[in-house]
Amino acid sequence: MIVYGVALLSGCLVLGMVIGESIGVALNVDANVGGVGIAMIFLVLASNSKKFKALTEGAAGNGIKFWSAMYIPIVVAMAARQDVAGATEGGILAVVAGVAAVAVSFALVPVLSKVGNSKTIEKD
Amino acid sequence: MDIFETVFIRNSLIVAFAVIGITIWFSYMLADKLTAGRIHGSAIAIALGLIAAYFGGIATGGSTGVADMALLGGIGLMGGGMMRDFAIVATAFGVQLSELKKAGIAGVISIFAGVIVSFIVGALVAILFGYTDPAAITTIGSGAVTYIVGPVTGEAIGASDTVITLSVAAGLVKSILVMIGTPLVAKYIGLNNPQSAMVFGGLMGTTSGVAAGLAATDPKLVPYGAMTATFYTGVGCLLGPSVLFFIVSAMY
Repeated sequence: MIVYGVALLSGCLVLGMVIGESIGVALNVDANVGGVGIAMIFLVLASNSKKFKALTEGAAGNGIKFWSAMYIPIVVAMAARQDVAGATEGGILAVVAGVAAVAVSFALVPVLSKVGNSKTIEKD
Repeated sequence: MDIFETVFIRNSLIVAFAVIGITIWFSYMLADKLTAGRIHGSAIAIALGLIAAYFGGIATGGSTGVADMALLGGIGLMGGGMMRDFAIVATAFGVQLSELKKAGIAGVISIFAGVIVSFIVGALVAILFGYTDPAAITTIGSGAVTYIVGPVTGEAIGASDTVITLSVAAGLVKSILVMIGTPLVAKYIGLNNPQSAMVFGGLMGTTSGVAAGLAATDPKLVPYGAMTATFYTGVGCLLGPSVLFFIVSAMY
């Protein structure tokens, strides 16, 4: 049943969001701390576990794959609802800060990827 | 015309599916014919979405792009936080745990490095533009982290409305640039494996930008980048109105 997979996905998201919200309350921050990431970890654990086979294989798995495939269309819709007009009115400061942050972060990707690699090699 | 309007508004989410579907079909055709597949169709679709959002914002004066136009209201629901989070989580389906463990240490380092580096860069730009108030500098620095961390921090530490708006704009510029720039620089920064995708997600942090940018580079990398990126805003919301603000205050 396709809906079993969709229900598993929904359950992971709701559970992750509740935990993220709770961490926010515990830390006194008005934010959902990592809820989506926690939900993703649940889904990864479920899809790697034999216990959840009935919810992740066959038709049930297709229910999850459908939403995974809808990701790009949803991102396009998300782009279409951004406040782009607001960003261009925000002035040069906003553009410079955004561009500089991205440029420096891009440059750090190969550096930190190497850090991770060398550590993995040392362990091996 | 009334009939059209009634049907479109009553079935807004369905209209959104159709409109987005046509947009993506058109974008993939452009990617194929104009760029010979060099720029991914999804990047063009996202760019078209952003352009449409600009004109939607100009036409309506609203803050949610084309979703403020009555006939396209469903785009607001389709592209809203609930559907976005649902689809992001779904992309984690099929991820192998062994791959995740490999990127673990570098992933965590990259999240903290990403938040702190973006904050420093944003704060330096604010200082260069003549800001001396620690609340303003901290808020603009936080905006360079993400457009969510900016206002959260700004409101927590009492920055002015103008500064908070600027921080949102800075975050938005970052998000848009990551969306469009990632497929262009992917080759030069070694963004072609799960490990570097997790580091990338942790460094960039803007969930929408990372996911869209990686989708346009290689859809298989999306869950790895998205997984670290989703923790980034949480870390930013923690550090911005606390440690980072105290450090800036101590210096000014």
